[in-house]
Amino acid sequence: MNGIHDLGGMQGFGPVVDEPNEPPFHALWEGRVLALQRAVLFTRTWNLDAFRYAQECLPASVYVAVSYYHRWFLALAGRAIHHGLLTQAELDAGHAKGPAAPVQRTMTLRDVELGKVRSPFGRTPTQSARFKPGDRVRTANIHPLGHTRLPRYARDKVGRVEVVHGCHAFPDAIVAGDGEASAWLYAVVFSSSDLWGNAADPSLTVSIDAFEPYLEPA
Amino acid sequence: MSHDHHDHDHHDHDHGSHLSEVQARVRALESVLTEKGYVDPAVLDHIVEHFETKVGPHVGAKIIARAWTDPAFKAALLADATRAVVADETFGRVGDHLVAVENTETQHHMVVCTLCSCYPWDVLGLPPIWYKSAPYRSRVVMDPRGVLADFGVTLPAGTAIRVWDSTAETRYLVVPQRPAGTDGWSEEQLASLVTRNSMIGTGLALQPGEVKR
Repeated sequence: MNGIHDLGGMQGFGPVVDEPNEPPFHALWEGRVLALQRAVLFTRTWNLDAFRYAQECLPASVYVAVSYYHRWFLALAGRAIHHGLLTQAELDAGHAKGPAAPVQRTMTLRDVELGKVRSPFGRTPTQSARFKPGDRVRTANIHPLGHTRLPRYARDKVGRVEVVHGCHAFPDAIVAGDGEASAWLYAVVFSSSDLWGNAADPSLTVSIDAFEPYLEPA
Repeated sequence: MSHDHHDHDHHDHDHGSHLSEVQARVRALESVLTEKGYVDPAVLDHIVEHFETKVGPHVGAKIIARAWTDPAFKAALLADATRAVVADETFGRVGDHLVAVENTETQHHMVVCTLCSCYPWDVLGLPPIWYKSAPYRSRVVMDPRGVLADFGVTLPAGTAIRVWDSTAETRYLVVPQRPAGTDGWSEEQLASLVTRNSMIGTGLALQPGEVKR
């Protein structure tokens, strides 16, 4: 969706502020939110793509106003209620009022090691890659209400395939309901003038990782 | 954990009573999910501890120091970073789809996730707030030199800049340039020059004599 999360190329957010010696978490609850998110994700009630989409679906005014882990909390609680893991009344009370819904699995201390390495997203291809390094491609001009990983600033732009990353899980289709969807993935590089016009910094190139359904030959 | 109750802060918009309200809501969520058996607080403790104490930029710094001293490792890292890193147990474990990109005299690389917060956390730890913030995500794909100026970094006008927007599950690690005057340094000494920001591209490796923050 064309949400506030799709920030590339927006202006007016002010300078980037580095925080020297920044701790991993700024409050106890931030770490709990991260851990809860990982442990609940392990139940396979929803996946990482759906979690990202849940954040994208927050009201824009909320997305920009709250802190990062507060946003995670809102998305996590929202998903958990949506999938029936708990009710709003239970969340308000801070106690369970009814039985648990069944989940595929729960994370034990024996499983916790699994959460320390990123999951693999490579998939066995069902067809050969349509593009190769050097190919000129045009990105799609799409504005789906659902989840997409094609940022607005890189839509309907001509670029060049630089790297074939392999066949990967395809988030757009997965969030739309096809849990097994996969697509070839490419690093596609754009000139700054193609993205930002003639006033752009000529020394800049930008690449995105683009799934094959985003691309047509140019 | 001494930072549990910091009343920050300049970098987010949650303040005072609002913050304690979030804290209470998170506690309520954890209580319900625990009572229903979906999560185990001991597992949550373990996950938090992992991200507070185990992973961090020190992991990436060791990888970079090895690349600076071992040409064969550097070549392997640039060809397939996941494979190169997992081949050496001293680096710990790393997920698939890690891509290393090398800074040179003529080419500088920077990494962003404009859509969310994708970051090579298994080699750098959790991303800093600025990396996840609207100012960085909005501006670096359009005005990377302006962003670098915010970090006090100026590159020669002739240096090409590539910004890698992490829009899929590939994760990018910048190999910064090795500082001059470090001939004969051990990997451990070299690693002390490799800052987190230098592996994202918003900084350069420290010079000999500079103190790592």
